[in-house]
Amino acid sequence: MPQITYREAIRHALAEELTRDPNVVVMGEEVAQFNGAYKVTDGLLATFGPTRIVDTPISEAGFIGLGVGASMLGIRPVMELMFWSFYSVAFDQILNNAANVRYMSGGQINCPIVIRGPANGGTNVGATHSHTPENVLANHPGVKVVVPATAYDAKGLLKSAIRDNDPVFFLENTILYGDKGEVPEAEYVIPLGKADVKRVGADLTIVTYGRCVIHSLKAAEVLEKDHGISVEVVDLRTIRPLDFDTVLASVKKTNRVLIVEEQKPFASVGTQLAYMIQREAFDHLDGPIHRLATIDAPAIYSPPVETEQLPNPARVIKAVLAAMA
Amino acid sequence: MSKKPSAIADIKSGSAVKATDYALAPINAALSSPQRIELYRTMIRIRRFEERSLRAYQGKNVSGGTNIGGFLHLYIGQEAVAVGCCSLMGKNDHVITAYRDHGHAIAVGMDTKPLMAELYGKITGCSKGKGGSMHYFAPDKNFWGGHGIVGGQIPLGTGLAYALKYQGKKGAAMAFMGDGAVNQGAVHEAYNLASLWNLPVVFVIENNGYSMGTSQARSSAGQLAKRAEGYNMTWGQCDGHDVYEVRALMDKHLTLAREQSRPSTVEIDTYRYRGHSVADPDNTYRTKTEIEEYRNKKDPIQVSLHKLLAEGVLTEALADKIDAEARAEAESAAEFADASPYPTPDDIQKDVYWESDHPAERKSEGRLFFD
Repeated sequence: MPQITYREAIRHALAEELTRDPNVVVMGEEVAQFNGAYKVTDGLLATFGPTRIVDTPISEAGFIGLGVGASMLGIRPVMELMFWSFYSVAFDQILNNAANVRYMSGGQINCPIVIRGPANGGTNVGATHSHTPENVLANHPGVKVVVPATAYDAKGLLKSAIRDNDPVFFLENTILYGDKGEVPEAEYVIPLGKADVKRVGADLTIVTYGRCVIHSLKAAEVLEKDHGISVEVVDLRTIRPLDFDTVLASVKKTNRVLIVEEQKPFASVGTQLAYMIQREAFDHLDGPIHRLATIDAPAIYSPPVETEQLPNPARVIKAVLAAMA
Repeated sequence: MSKKPSAIADIKSGSAVKATDYALAPINAALSSPQRIELYRTMIRIRRFEERSLRAYQGKNVSGGTNIGGFLHLYIGQEAVAVGCCSLMGKNDHVITAYRDHGHAIAVGMDTKPLMAELYGKITGCSKGKGGSMHYFAPDKNFWGGHGIVGGQIPLGTGLAYALKYQGKKGAAMAFMGDGAVNQGAVHEAYNLASLWNLPVVFVIENNGYSMGTSQARSSAGQLAKRAEGYNMTWGQCDGHDVYEVRALMDKHLTLAREQSRPSTVEIDTYRYRGHSVADPDNTYRTKTEIEEYRNKKDPIQVSLHKLLAEGVLTEALADKIDAEARAEAESAAEFADASPYPTPDDIQKDVYWESDHPAERKSEGRLFFD
């Protein structure tokens, strides 16, 4: 199976869906002529032309809102946010209009829009560019939220997102863009809302998603080798809809849970998971639910310290050892 | 004689005779008598619908409870704007507006029964009781809402125009906003995109002089529509009390959109007789005298009636009949709303996701809802 990068996998998903459905339009800042701020859309303009691959001004509220309006008439816009952090200037369009229009119209209007882009810290760009808003987004009924960790998942999930009739918010990671993974050449899709057990283990379940999956897998190797602890890593892949059955099955098997997330702790995705785990697997737990999150402050700039603010393999190991104690 | 006041009883002598007779504009000269009467009928249907909704809002139902909750932003006084604009719609023309949306909904042809039922929060409402007064929608009539956040609908309207252009359809989007919306960033972002990409949209500013309780003089610098110049768009301005004048100006702008795929901005001067919403005591920012001046001299329904009588299109008897029918329609809508059932708690989680409403076609897995 060919190895391609996470970035290429997303690009292939875009190209395949652009080919498959003439209503798909890719739109965003620098997506066309500049070939993408992070080169995700590299070459798409040459292949699909300026009607399908559209450069926008720096005007997120305007172009995201335009995409929402166009989607109501059957266009399938795939909007790139250069950083998901910029969602704050388009908040009303994303979370009032896209999220609510189906409901407020009594189900008469669909909004098949995809908004995608990177949402992560760890690149020393300071607090304004390092938001991870999956918890904020997933708090809104009506939307779907996807956070892929691997090239394979990114491609299969994005294709499903583009075909979905509901608004889907797809959160990538600039640090993962260059990571290679095996991706089949034959077409495939991965349904939204299906978690993936990335590593099978017996002693403790790490529930995680996004780049923290990679940290957790690295940590799990060390824990197995150096501490004899067998860690199972459950990658949610999609935050909403949520494959809680897979989480539950793993927790019932290992009886110990650590949630790892690149989120600020207060009212995070992990907070919701912890509530659900205690509610539905209380009798299966051998100890309290543990959670490793970003250290609770705006993203620090200082490069070596930002690494410590975020979850990382060393912090995951420490958190697992604490949970096993 | 009927005890109901005649529709023409309060016409003031000499009112509303304009120097320019917009009835002679080609788009209006082409109207048949029934079409002229229809414009008038739609305005009076809106007026009577809203007057009836106000009574319902202020009254109680048989159980002593509230008929209508939340806000009720009445369009009374502004009817010629929505009716004039929407009367020009072709099959590929689309409308989106803000929260003062009852007039537009009726003007695009929505049935008043589900509109009233929506106000009452009933399952028979046009949005199944999920949207309320500010969130009417009728995609089958090319009406895309009904939006609650000032200016937030303008990018959406621009997106409707984008879709028309992308799909190669010759049509136009009319994106309505109040005068308060022109200071919102989303509006300016939409202006820029529309002009930059040559989108067939007409931005319609319904200038009733007050953004809630703040007058134009206290909220907006310069002529509102003129801001379009900064985006290389043409703009126009007219008096919105004469449905003919509204049509004459809008026809030009819609033609520009449809034929040349160019956006433009139109500022239509109008006036609302009621407060910002029914909750507005309306005693802090304008005088009763000012309201009465508009009522007496510029009322769009009276202006229209006066012209139709002068044109010989309408008789007093026919005008009274139309009014009686509009009142009966509003009453019947209220009866329908009153008699309709509420949604049930089981309905709360319907219409949230396309997928949860179409379980057989669902492709995703996992939990969509949480408790």
